[in-house]
Amino acid sequence: MHIPDGYLSPATCAALYAGAAPFWYVALRRIRSALHTRLVPLLSLFAAFSFVVMMFNIPLPGGSTGHAVGVALAAIVLGPSGSILAVSIALAIQAFFFGDGGITALGANSLNMGVVGSLVAFGVYRLIAGRSALTSRRRFVAAGLAGYAAVNAAAFFTAVEFGIQPMLYQDASGAPLYCPYPLSIAVPAMMIGHMTVAGLAEMVLTAGVVAYLQRSDVGLLRRTAGPAGDDDSAPLPERATLRPLWIALGVLLVLTPLGVLAAGSAWGEWAPSAFGDPASRQAIAAASLDRQPPARAPRGLDRLSTVWTAPFPDYAPRFLRSATIGYLLSAMFGVGLVILAVTAVAWMAGGRKPPDAVETAGT
Amino acid sequence: MSRLTKRRPRGYLERTLDVLHGAIDRTLAAELTVSRRGLLQRLDPRVKVVGLLSLIAAVALARNAPTMAAMLGLATILAALSRLTPALLLSTVWIGTFVFTAALAGPAIFLTPGRVTLRLPLLGWPVTAQGLTTALYLILRVEAAATFGFLLVFTTPWAHVLKALRALRVPVVVVVVLGMTYRYVLLLLESASEMFEARRSRTVGSLAGTDRRRLAAASVGVLLSKALHLSGEVFLAMQARGFRGEVYLLDEFRMTALDWTALGSLVVTAAVAIWVGR
Repeated sequence: MHIPDGYLSPATCAALYAGAAPFWYVALRRIRSALHTRLVPLLSLFAAFSFVVMMFNIPLPGGSTGHAVGVALAAIVLGPSGSILAVSIALAIQAFFFGDGGITALGANSLNMGVVGSLVAFGVYRLIAGRSALTSRRRFVAAGLAGYAAVNAAAFFTAVEFGIQPMLYQDASGAPLYCPYPLSIAVPAMMIGHMTVAGLAEMVLTAGVVAYLQRSDVGLLRRTAGPAGDDDSAPLPERATLRPLWIALGVLLVLTPLGVLAAGSAWGEWAPSAFGDPASRQAIAAASLDRQPPARAPRGLDRLSTVWTAPFPDYAPRFLRSATIGYLLSAMFGVGLVILAVTAVAWMAGGRKPPDAVETAGT
Repeated sequence: MSRLTKRRPRGYLERTLDVLHGAIDRTLAAELTVSRRGLLQRLDPRVKVVGLLSLIAAVALARNAPTMAAMLGLATILAALSRLTPALLLSTVWIGTFVFTAALAGPAIFLTPGRVTLRLPLLGWPVTAQGLTTALYLILRVEAAATFGFLLVFTTPWAHVLKALRALRVPVVVVVVLGMTYRYVLLLLESASEMFEARRSRTVGSLAGTDRRRLAAASVGVLLSKALHLSGEVFLAMQARGFRGEVYLLDEFRMTALDWTALGSLVVTAAVAIWVGR
């Protein structure tokens, strides 16, 4: 997600620096008034910690690994102001010193990961954790989902910044000058990777560390716990597992078929035949600010629509008559395919289940 | 290769250690090159920050491939004059950047709409002139910008880069925090590396997935506690030396005739590149 120099136009970079600047200013003012003399060492050490965490390989279920940003953890321990500054400083060190992420794109990276990531993580964590006790399992689930949401929100912002480049900047021949992919490619390409590997890595890291802190250093969770978070009477969780997070994922999976209740097709997802059908034409116009669609399907759409026929066209397998059942099965098949692919890649990369490790001394 | 000498697949602990050691090695490599007696090493850090950032901006603004290629050539010449070998450039910047950018730019050759110049044999995928051009733009631009960034860091001590950021009106508190962060990055990298090394030395066999996740979470948790504990100790040490929340920087840089000439040359080159590349 670290955007290097050259992927975004200078105008976009300048706009995103300008977008990040007010957040930096407000965060600096807020944290300076709260910390005053402690500001410099605390921010420095936490930024250094964020930098090192970005280098950790996070083992994922299935045997693969991914890198986390650590932004949700920063937001949970320091609050959004501290997190915005610490992550931005860690990104600056990475850009200047390690060439990871561009110098011109530092504003963009800070806005996506530092600002959006911190605010989304903090919001989701507080919303789900509510007034629960610091050591409650609910906080562990809230932390995991905050990590997942933060990374995906940051990835979405990054994808949109990439996706608007070819619309705005082309040379005389029509060749894109910067990132060449439009929104229709950039958004799914970024989101698939982040909704699976990177999001999962952030979820595992954030939930795992919060569970660790609940057992060993619960005071670090107090700063952002909210009004009732200092009730430590709840028993410590025996052994935090990922089970609640898998349950949450399962609930999301079950909720997926809510799509069958939505009438009509999504905007922009029309079949070539829809342009010739009067009822479909009316629906397209109604969804497009009453602008009439062209009389015939665009030539490119007509030509390319037959290039690839998905095994589940319109989410309904051919052998099933009921579109609803087909939709349900397609959703489950899609998620299953992703999990299978991750497991297969991990297996091919040598991540087969190892024999149980034996630790010779201590823990 | 016999069974005995066959290399074992590297486990989670080893791979994490590799990443941590890689970061420390890169820091040490930069420490060595900054002390070489080359052109850029002799210049005032402020000249390098302003001059090289101007060149990066010129690369970002360029709208044609010859200008981008010329800028990459200029970066290579500056590297040679600063005694940075092509092997170092290849291993540190060029190969990694090329692999990453080419993987991203590759599909654009087929997906970008435009004039079809040829079709891939067997597959029949159309290669468009616009697709080839946009992939070339991306690769040249990213390589050139990354090389200029590399020149700054590999010819200037980090503390000087930070101090020179004041020339760009970066607030003094940010410069101080960046400087302190860099110092503690190395310490925490070392701490993390020692934790994993200690764990590896008392682990036989490979760790199961759940244990690996628990180990990663516990290591990050311990590192977090250490970092925050250390920040308290650093604060007490600063307070003991009279720190009251105000930060000051010594600014002993002095511009020589060579620095003024270099600054003029770099900024004029960037301006010419912007004009030619528009």
